[in-house]
Amino acid sequence: MNSVSPKRTVLELTVNNHPGVMSHVVGLFSRRAFNVEGILCLPVGNGDISRIWLLVDEDGRLPQMIRQIEKLYDVKSILRRQENDGLFDRLEELFTSPNDVSQKEPQ
Amino acid sequence: MSATEILTGAEVVVRLLERQGIRVIAGIPGSANLPLYDALGHSTQIRHVLPRHEQGAGFIAQGMARASGQPAVCFATSGPGTTNLLTAIADAKLDSIPVVAITGQVSRSLIGTDAFQEVDTYGMSLPITKHNFLVNSAADLLKILPEAFRIAVSGRPGPVLVDIPRDVQLEKVDVATWPEPGKADALPAVDDALLQTAARMIAEARRPVLYLGGGVIHSGAAETARAFAEQGGLPTVTTLMALGALPVEHPLSLGMLGMHGAPCANMAMDESDLLIVVGARFDDRATGKLAEFCPQARIIHIDIDPAELNKLRASHIAISGDVETVLRRLQAQLKPQDRPDWLSHIRQLKTDWPLRLPGADDPRTHYGLVRAVAACLDDNAILATDVGQHQMWAAQAYPHHKPRRWLTSGGLGTMGFGLPTALGAALAEPDNTVVCFSGDGSLLMNIQELVTAAQENVNLKIVLMNNAALGLVHQQQTMFYGARRFASLFTHVPDFVALARACGIRAIDLDTADDPRAALAEAIKQRGPCLIHCSIDVQQLVCPIVPPGAANREMIGA
Repeated sequence: MNSVSPKRTVLELTVNNHPGVMSHVVGLFSRRAFNVEGILCLPVGNGDISRIWLLVDEDGRLPQMIRQIEKLYDVKSILRRQENDGLFDRLEELFTSPNDVSQKEPQ
Repeated sequence: MSATEILTGAEVVVRLLERQGIRVIAGIPGSANLPLYDALGHSTQIRHVLPRHEQGAGFIAQGMARASGQPAVCFATSGPGTTNLLTAIADAKLDSIPVVAITGQVSRSLIGTDAFQEVDTYGMSLPITKHNFLVNSAADLLKILPEAFRIAVSGRPGPVLVDIPRDVQLEKVDVATWPEPGKADALPAVDDALLQTAARMIAEARRPVLYLGGGVIHSGAAETARAFAEQGGLPTVTTLMALGALPVEHPLSLGMLGMHGAPCANMAMDESDLLIVVGARFDDRATGKLAEFCPQARIIHIDIDPAELNKLRASHIAISGDVETVLRRLQAQLKPQDRPDWLSHIRQLKTDWPLRLPGADDPRTHYGLVRAVAACLDDNAILATDVGQHQMWAAQAYPHHKPRRWLTSGGLGTMGFGLPTALGAALAEPDNTVVCFSGDGSLLMNIQELVTAAQENVNLKIVLMNNAALGLVHQQQTMFYGARRFASLFTHVPDFVALARACGIRAIDLDTADDPRAALAEAIKQRGPCLIHCSIDVQQLVCPIVPPGAANREMIGA
């Protein structure tokens, strides 16, 4: 991430894999007006479980967010990763490729 | 169970509810939950109560749950049935009430097609439930329903919604064995070292105050809290949700804290050097300006929900656990203390800063009416309220003695809560007397349930304080908006006595009664539903009041 960004951290969640889980997780952030900067999610093992990486700003509210996430029924575990192996940085390069920018048609 | 049974999903739901011990369900049928109703119609164990609006069903379930402490169930159909239910669910979430809402949904093949009466129930209920389920198969019901009850009653209680598509209700499933009914998880272990530190802090404190919240009621900790307060010599304040946790006339009781609390409670807290916060969450109506709330106090915070600890106010000792267990174990570590200086000062504060109840002897005034009603009731009677001035006057003036006898919408502050919640409480305790204090604004928000009260012939008395206004709005405009009273005075007011009679219940008017006390006593004594009407002067204010954004010591009208 670029140098002017606030300090960021990655939350790693292990969750049940079903259609409502992502809503439960991101809903906790959206209803506190807390932006999620990046999301990665893939099933692991036999697909019953998914792992979610959330890239979020370091913020005084983060400990409260983590405690709220811990309360979610479908969240098996949560840990705060000190580093993300540069993964989001590499994805950022991919995402900012000019070829991908397309304009949404007005409705 | 030896032989395998082949049942529909709907039959599985009803059997699981029976096994769960559910005996009354409030709900309204519609096309997406008719299979459930078809199955429920065959149940010999569950009685169905048909209210006139789904919000009524949700609050009837709340009334049963609040009075009993046991989870209660409501039904609604898809679409508008469910959206009507949502306010009652959100209310249950904010006050931590164990309700299981079972909603019908359109069939699986129609989900996401904007089918008739389809809404995204899962999405809409997500932030206002403790957890929610969309059921994908009839077999899943065997796991999900007990799980719904377990979640509703474990830890900090709360509402759970189970959304069941119509075709899942009709789907056949082989049931070989029935799951155990859902029950509360084992209570969490408590950290001994924290208890020791907390006990030492209490022993060393010079001006401690015990601050009890709704968690004390949910945990069944009222008796324990009283013994704890007595052992530690702890002056005690309660939140709106904890009224009844300590009898008001107990020498250590300072009454309710907060925006409309007892002045002596707010003043004692302002001087306190140690606050022991039990099952409370530093709600803004209780704390006033948080930065100036108990400015000298160190904090011991005890709560079953770890996310409440350090959420709004950093604590010096945060103990996550069942408050009854924690208080009992903490008391075992406390030496009896009599704190003569602090308790003598507290007595002085009570003299200098009493809660004033002008007109308490006149049953035609707001405080006097609350007192006159109380004089007709025993300690076991249940009091429900709607939301507004009448709610605060009842909170202040009613002699609260026992837990689970005061049912009020604290967190969400839902007008329309009172009548159906009181109805639910009356269904849960048919031999008891239930009184609902309401206002003319609130009562009209679920007035249709007067018909349900008549239909169920519940022993419910609605005491209507009629000032032809949205009184608390009127008061705020008077005090904080330059007396610009806009949209808070009703230009048309129904004849409530005639309205109640039209709905099939008795009604009396204290305004025209020769002897209002006698009329009131007679109305309360006679079994069955009754509306008791009394006009209240619209100029009357709820006092004291901490202005929005002010510290609790800055009460107006104290």
